[in-house]
Amino acid sequence: MIFSKRTSPYVSGKQDVSSIMRQVLYALIPGTAVLIWYFGWGILSNLVLAIVLAELLEWGMLKLRQRPVRPFLSDYSAVVTAWLLAVAMPAFSPWWLIAIAMIFAIVIAKHLYGGLGYNPFNPAMIGYAAVLVSYPVQMTIWPAPVDFSFVHIGLGQTLQHVFAGSIQGWDALSAATPLDAVKISLSLHKPLSEIYATGQFGLLAGQAWEWVSLAWLLGGLWLLWQRIIGWQIPVALLGTLALIASVFWLIDSQAYASPLFHLFSGAAMLGAFFIATDPVSASTTPTGKLFYAAGIGLFTYIIRTWGGYPDAIAFSVIIMNMAVPLLDYYTQPRVYGTKQGLQG
Amino acid sequence: MIQTLHKLWRNHGGLHLDYHKEDSNAAPVRHLPMAEELIIPLQQHSGYKPTLTVKAGDYVYKGQEIASHTGFMKVPLHASTSGTITAIEERPIAHPSGLSDLCVILKPDGKDDWGNARMPTYPDPNQVDGEILRQRICAAGIVGMGGAVFPAAIKLNVHDNIPIEALVINGAECEPYITCDDRLMREKPLEILRGVQIMMHIIATQRCLIGIEDNKPEAIAAMQAAREELGDQRIAIIPIPTLYPSGSEKQLIKILTGKEVPSGGRPSTIGIVCHNPATARAIYRAVVLGEPLIDRYLTITGKGVAQPCNVEVPLGTPIQHLIAHSGGYTPAAKRLAMGGPMMGISLHSDQIPVVKATNCILVSDIPENEQQPALPCIRCGRCAEACPANLLPQQLYWHSRARDFDKAEQYHLFDCIECGCCAYVCPSHIRLVDYYRFAKAEIRTQRDAKTKANIARERHDFHQERLERAKREKAEKLAKHKEQAQATTDDGKKAAIQAALERAKAKKAEAAAQATTGETTE
Ligand code: SF4
Ligand code: SF4
Repeated sequence: MIFSKRTSPYVSGKQDVSSIMRQVLYALIPGTAVLIWYFGWGILSNLVLAIVLAELLEWGMLKLRQRPVRPFLSDYSAVVTAWLLAVAMPAFSPWWLIAIAMIFAIVIAKHLYGGLGYNPFNPAMIGYAAVLVSYPVQMTIWPAPVDFSFVHIGLGQTLQHVFAGSIQGWDALSAATPLDAVKISLSLHKPLSEIYATGQFGLLAGQAWEWVSLAWLLGGLWLLWQRIIGWQIPVALLGTLALIASVFWLIDSQAYASPLFHLFSGAAMLGAFFIATDPVSASTTPTGKLFYAAGIGLFTYIIRTWGGYPDAIAFSVIIMNMAVPLLDYYTQPRVYGTKQGLQG
Repeated sequence: MIQTLHKLWRNHGGLHLDYHKEDSNAAPVRHLPMAEELIIPLQQHSGYKPTLTVKAGDYVYKGQEIASHTGFMKVPLHASTSGTITAIEERPIAHPSGLSDLCVILKPDGKDDWGNARMPTYPDPNQVDGEILRQRICAAGIVGMGGAVFPAAIKLNVHDNIPIEALVINGAECEPYITCDDRLMREKPLEILRGVQIMMHIIATQRCLIGIEDNKPEAIAAMQAAREELGDQRIAIIPIPTLYPSGSEKQLIKILTGKEVPSGGRPSTIGIVCHNPATARAIYRAVVLGEPLIDRYLTITGKGVAQPCNVEVPLGTPIQHLIAHSGGYTPAAKRLAMGGPMMGISLHSDQIPVVKATNCILVSDIPENEQQPALPCIRCGRCAEACPANLLPQQLYWHSRARDFDKAEQYHLFDCIECGCCAYVCPSHIRLVDYYRFAKAEIRTQRDAKTKANIARERHDFHQERLERAKREKAEKLAKHKEQAQATTDDGKKAAIQAALERAKAKKAEAAAQATTGETTE
């Protein structure tokens, strides 16, 4: 009898890369569904376009780099990147905007750095930041959320807009996001109470947006419960953001938005559970993760409040990605039987 | 029902695994018919090879010494039964690289005759000096039977300046599938505890902590009952949570005492001595019954064997014999290993014999996800979360793979206990432990090479110095000689100098003449 010579361990856990990525995709479903509910077909068109492009680009890059295609294409990592981008981009993004974002994400941020596992930056956020910097106007205009809005703008109209340019009546539907609205109003020295009175806001943050955030939160909690992600990053990110927001809000609640507003508008929830938790580009030690995520929370608040862009998750993640090697080095756990982490 | 007032500490990491203990732990230990031939490898412990004392053709009694133990880190070897030595030759042994080593081949005569090979007995070990008992334990060939095979007598040789606070008995048996210690604790608890008392006497400690994972309630109950019977208040039977690898020596010590064995150190430096229940029992038998270590309990299990069970067999029994008496292989049999699924070593043949270290023969299938290729590390940190030593396995992997061994050592490569937790959880299916084994082996070879080179250089320097000294001495002698000679012929010397000066002058003039014609003297 011939026996296999492989060394121990001979048993292995049930999780593999593709199963982890699949769970992340499942967890994205509720938030995405709520987005579609409020913003219509545009989200779906983003999603389909992004995924198709991501897989094509991934395939092309694997071929170019002479890597085995099958195991990598089936790891779902490109789909996760595409999905995150699709839900972060404004609904009804034109195809070329998505394409540019995907090229930055998959080709530049991922494969030019060596592919899965080697990218120092979060690919989705690089893609997002690239188009945000290059096309700020297109990137901040969202359609106004309307219940059952996908009835409002039909599929045909959606496709027409995505592939052939603006549709009639589009301007009437478009609106700034709540974060943007708050920022603009504050810059005009309007007190917050006045802004909230415009009716664009719900209980916590923007109408619709707070529901979307709650749905991201739901998916995120499920990921936590499934032990796909650790608690450190979401807790530290949201905690830091809420803490700083509370401090300023307590100082002047008319000039600084409430912590709840910060948590439930923009990409705070999406960022805390789905973006900052990207294992490849995040810090890997438990303590490092706390610092990493706290940094993102801090930068998010700073950029949102005093920076040039309404939302700041993408930039904050990219900034903290750069700090990861240092964080990992200085936050090594204490090894059993030793005094400190690092020897010599 | 089972209560403990003992405080327990928690280790970092660890895993809940599928244990499969019930496959083999239900039935009492079996005794199999004697194999046709016993293969007894000479080297069965960590340390130096003992010296053969028999030759082919000799008749040996059961328990008779066949290799002796003069010298440090050597343990003798005994015949597992009576019979004839048919050969002493290289046979494949249990080694990850499938090596062969010198083995004594014994053909049993079926009589299982002790002759007068039994050692003198000490019915009341407490009256005997600890050192004498220690020598007996060594002479009985006893090594750690949990798999580490470190000579037991050396482990019991503690320094006077560090008092031993506690003897720890490792009854955790945390590897999946293995149940031989479980069975042993159920079936021979008194013998184990008597062995424990002997050890406590030797190392002069008043405390013994016996840790058993709580997935073995019967073993815990049996041991507790035995302790009641002995009425020894110094011994505590402590159920510990089932969490792999609680049975790793360092981890168990932390769980039971809260103390950590220092990196690179031994438990005795923190006042702990740790042994396995099977070792304790072997010590009892050696001291009280005069029997050397010639057999052991072991588990035969896995999907690849028809009737998983526990057996007590003579050392040297070929694995094939064990399988044949456990219902044979099933179609699932694809892999043969000695030890458990997490830390066992692969065997390439079932002709390999049972040795003192063999606690389990695992015949398993190959899980589906093992057939997939490894993906790149996604830095998910799951490995670090699972690591009981609190290492950063992905950093170790990274540096080992890049052959950056200094960095790997900085990340505490040598504190890795090779438990396999990291590889188990890795979603990219990277064979992490293989990289650590590779790096450790490379570093050790480099160190060996360095020591060898150092020794060679020292030798060379010494040789060189000797030559130089000889030369110097010779020169000095010569100079002395000359001086004496010169003193007698001082006039002659002056004449010689004069002559030499003139010769030089002439040469110079000649050279000058040649230089003007533009020619060289060459
Ligand atoms: S578990 Fe595997 S993939 Fe995750 S960090 Fe460790 S080595 Fe990398
Ligand atoms: S094999 Fe080594 S690195 Fe991996 S979990 Fe065990 S101790 Fe940690």
